[in-house]
Amino acid sequence: MSDYKFLVNHKTNDPRNEGYLKGAHALGFHYLRNIIVQDLYFIEGQLSSEELKQLTLKLLSDPVTQTVTWDEMPAPLASRPPEPDTVILEVSLRPGVTDPVAHEIVRAAHELGISGVHRAATGQRFILHFDPSVPVRESVTESVYKLFANPVIQHWKIGSIEPSFPQEVESSGTIEIIPIRNLTDDELLSLSKDRRAALDLAEMQAIQNYFITENRDPSDIEFETIAQTWSEHCVHKTFKAKIEVDKYTGKQVDKYTVDSLIKTYLKSATDKIAAPWVISAFVDNAGIIDFDDEYEISFKAETHNHPSAVEPFGGANTGVGGVIRDILGVSAKPIANTDVLCFGPQNLDPQSLPEGVLHPRRIQSGVVAGVQDYGNKIGIPTVNGAILYDEGYTANPLVFCGCVGIAPKGKHNKNPQVGDRVVILGGRTGRDGLRGATFSSMTMDAQTGEVSGASVQIGDPITEKGLIDVIVRARDLDLYNDITDCGAGGLSSAVGEMASKLGCDVELTNVRLKYPGLAPWEIWLSEAQERMVLAVAPEKISDLQNLCDTFDTELTDIGEFTGNGCLTVRYDGKVVVDMDNEFLHDGIPQRQLRAEIREQRLESSDSAPISNHLISSHLISLLSHPNIASKASTIRIYDHEVQGGTVVKPLTGIQADAPSDAAVIKPIGTKGMKGIVLSNGINPEYGKRDAYKMAWSVMDEAIRNAVAVGADPDRIAVLDNFCWGDPLRPETLGSLVEACRGCHDAALFYGTPFISGKDSLNNEYLGADGLRHAIPPTLLISAIGVVQDVSKSVTMDLKEAGNVVYLVGSNQLSVISDQLVPDVPKETLQVYRALHQAIQNGLVKSCHDLSEGGLAVAAAEMCIGGRLGMSVAPTFLTPSVRTGAVGIFTEVNGCLLVEVTPANASAFENHFANLPHNQIGIVTADPTLKIIDEEIPVEELVHAFNIHPS
Amino acid sequence: MKPKALVLQAHGSNRDFDVIEALTLAGADATGIPLNELRMNKTLLSDFQLLVVPGGFSYADALGAGKLLALDLASYFTDEISAFVESGKPVIGICNGFQALVKSGILPRETREKRLEISGTTLTFNEQGHFECRWVTLKPTSQNCIWTKGLENIIECPIAHGEGNFQTSSQSLISNLQSLDQIALTYIHPNGSPANGAYPINPNGSTLDIAGICNPQGNVLGLMPHPENHIHRYQHPQWTRGVNRHSGLALFRNGVKYASELI
Repeated sequence: MSDYKFLVNHKTNDPRNEGYLKGAHALGFHYLRNIIVQDLYFIEGQLSSEELKQLTLKLLSDPVTQTVTWDEMPAPLASRPPEPDTVILEVSLRPGVTDPVAHEIVRAAHELGISGVHRAATGQRFILHFDPSVPVRESVTESVYKLFANPVIQHWKIGSIEPSFPQEVESSGTIEIIPIRNLTDDELLSLSKDRRAALDLAEMQAIQNYFITENRDPSDIEFETIAQTWSEHCVHKTFKAKIEVDKYTGKQVDKYTVDSLIKTYLKSATDKIAAPWVISAFVDNAGIIDFDDEYEISFKAETHNHPSAVEPFGGANTGVGGVIRDILGVSAKPIANTDVLCFGPQNLDPQSLPEGVLHPRRIQSGVVAGVQDYGNKIGIPTVNGAILYDEGYTANPLVFCGCVGIAPKGKHNKNPQVGDRVVILGGRTGRDGLRGATFSSMTMDAQTGEVSGASVQIGDPITEKGLIDVIVRARDLDLYNDITDCGAGGLSSAVGEMASKLGCDVELTNVRLKYPGLAPWEIWLSEAQERMVLAVAPEKISDLQNLCDTFDTELTDIGEFTGNGCLTVRYDGKVVVDMDNEFLHDGIPQRQLRAEIREQRLESSDSAPISNHLISSHLISLLSHPNIASKASTIRIYDHEVQGGTVVKPLTGIQADAPSDAAVIKPIGTKGMKGIVLSNGINPEYGKRDAYKMAWSVMDEAIRNAVAVGADPDRIAVLDNFCWGDPLRPETLGSLVEACRGCHDAALFYGTPFISGKDSLNNEYLGADGLRHAIPPTLLISAIGVVQDVSKSVTMDLKEAGNVVYLVGSNQLSVISDQLVPDVPKETLQVYRALHQAIQNGLVKSCHDLSEGGLAVAAAEMCIGGRLGMSVAPTFLTPSVRTGAVGIFTEVNGCLLVEVTPANASAFENHFANLPHNQIGIVTADPTLKIIDEEIPVEELVHAFNIHPS
Repeated sequence: MKPKALVLQAHGSNRDFDVIEALTLAGADATGIPLNELRMNKTLLSDFQLLVVPGGFSYADALGAGKLLALDLASYFTDEISAFVESGKPVIGICNGFQALVKSGILPRETREKRLEISGTTLTFNEQGHFECRWVTLKPTSQNCIWTKGLENIIECPIAHGEGNFQTSSQSLISNLQSLDQIALTYIHPNGSPANGAYPINPNGSTLDIAGICNPQGNVLGLMPHPENHIHRYQHPQWTRGVNRHSGLALFRNGVKYASELI
């Protein structure tokens, strides 16, 4: 067998070259003059020269635009020796990293009749041209290589790289026994640390006691199973902990106990609201609400923060894939994705990066590419999201992935039966993602990238598309009795959870592997993507198999549900896990934690005054601030139109460049005009100031955004996603407790239930400098609403000169201190209901909420949307001009701008009798925003808003 | 009787249901058939009057968009598709489907012997170097193409692709397309003037602003944009500004009407 290497080169300029060069320059590598990227393919096999020719022409290149050269390895590929000032860098994936293209090369070569192709691998060659005045030294290229290769998943080499195929080794089936019964407390803790189990002493002692009772020591696979099942990621132990709270008010200390944040604040809010249209909350893979007579809709948001910090593309990619499987886990067809991303500043000085941390620019480009790749390829529109920047996210980016699904009512089975087969559908199992659940529950350090390389996964969206095709049809044909996704913890979590009542007996040698050589615990714990676990009655296996064959999806039967309540796992017949399900799922001791809540220090008082003549420049700088400026360059690379239901798109207005408040989708295949509204609220700046009020504010923001496009405020459900630091620190936990309390109180205020949630804790990074880098307390509220008639939806762009503009929600934009978080006015819900009625009655031409940058930014964005002017006369502001100038930028809750035709003005006002509303301006044909005494041409606003190169 | 339309569901098709809805609205009886199912029963194709290769990411665009689907078409359905095309029945390939028709050699001109050989025509990476989703304006130009013939109004619909840049290896191939009236759709400004390559009116850098081409007989159309995503008023980006159109539907009505005359 020989190894061949193929090099594919573009005849004319490859558009990727410029992107790489731009990225390099943005990171300060100005001495790179030019970059040429070429594709590399490696094939192992026995090939005739005719077959090689066929491969290059028909598979590996586009003959119109590309040329191919090839050579037999190990002879280096014939190429001219590098010119002076030029370095050739070659990159290939590490063995075992998912490489769908390599897989397709083998499959397609066989389809072409070239059966001698045994294995394939892919890579890239970069030809780097340096500024001649900079001597090309190893040290220079060392720092540059990071632009082109991530050592977590890739090899790189100056010169010619070798292909990296996984070693073919026999599975050993080796089981290690872990002597745990005689360990001291210190030894228990170091065992937890050595195996990266992230378990504390009480938990380790519980395991020890169980095995003392069992009179034996655990196998490695048993220990790993417990560690995964008991991980923060799987069991949410902080949110279920008993928390002793010390709340300081002045010198007073108020002491109380919170027994489970979920029960006390989140579930209890949902229970108290008891909305009849909530079908399932907190119990399944996703929350489910009523849609119409025929359908229900499901919604879930997940985080994939730690993996995205280490390998941005793969982390975000599999984050999207993971949340889509949550939706499949409630037997629904995924119809929309949302993505909220938090990064460090893009212009951060590369020199100031903590060791082992990727530059925020690289993280952003990788994450966005990962979201794009998965969402676009699987054919789910990405319709809503946000991107925020804060230095606190430099080492810990946040990647929130949400997914919405639709399913016919009453078709989601969740009852495995004794005798049912345990079936895996989808991708094969490899070493990818080992210990991901515990990895995500730990604070990262400079070593994490290296040690946890195995935790990184790359997605394969087309395999998951096959899962959608199969599962939606299998559901309709009633072919399974239970379904869940394989996420963190792999089979151990998925099978363990599904069998938690009945028990099961599974055989690991039946699991199909990507490559041989996995130890039993690796098979059981692997977090290989694109897998679902189903409970299938034996007589239905063949129908399901036929369906799988049609959609090129693999089905693997690994065992049965027994009914004896035990989790039995075998390897080659030999029992390797034999544990009581009750211990595994209920044996975890409740965590006892301490929280401290301290009053916020109010350091500054008034905001700095803004002179009237500085209003323009202040507004322009706000519009071009990275957090406010257009996200078009990201939005446009996501497919937000597939499935044909995107009624209110992420960008709107006459030039489609203004930011929508929320998305409205009308699901394809549904009857009538009902639709779904998706929006979000997030504000890390408030999180730093006051977690309780922050929770209120982001709840309000999510609901306000949904109402702005036409959602009924009484038909909105929300998801909570908490991203926090280390909960073992009492102040950190204190702010989490306060945020949960805020969620509870706000949910009751609006009558808006939580239907699902997720937490990602320990978002901290211990830098080589010994300092902790924690994120700002970040709560994402994702809202899903239902609209009766999508054709009544409203967008935020100004529609017509002569119309009047109202501010609703507040009579006075009071100035609040920079250090505070605004309250939610007590009439807010009534305001939203009145606005909703006005929208339903067709009285609203456009509507936009006040958020960052206050009234001025909201008005400016509406002008951008319509390319019309607005004359704002905020006479209702406090007479002091100085306060007025600050007031127009004040961030408030519960407020929106609404455009109404003069003919409808009094009808509109009738809806707001006794509620705060003021006519504050008029839409003008002259494209100028006139605000207080300033006049700003709309073209300047457009320019400022679109200038940020995000 | 309604003409029967087959929507070929490949491994990674994703606008299959979008186009089924468009065809249904246009008066066809449209069915999605998975590629593997058609492989098991190839004669099924002849029961249909209209064939659609829909948009998506077949095989995740591995080795080039549409390329491995093109290989499937050539490996499994060469005779069946040739017979379908030669009988004059309407065929449409949208986005990934267009890429597959071009890379399998069915467009711009089918030559059975040269399947998968160098056709001199391709859809390559967008000039901007990345995937892009935005609405475009199209001018139906060909009177030879049964799908665009007689269409007087412009078509507005979204694109969503990373490899939609139409290129040929020689000027003579372009001249051939022009002389046989095979350029079916071009990107234009909303006011009707030609894009002349200006981004983003021409969103990908295609030669002569080409958005779609047909075969010399005019029954096979391939296009990058997605008219199936503009079949309802509320899909248009400016419907809240009073725009009331569904201009993508006209194309499908044309194709379905033509197919119904073949029954």
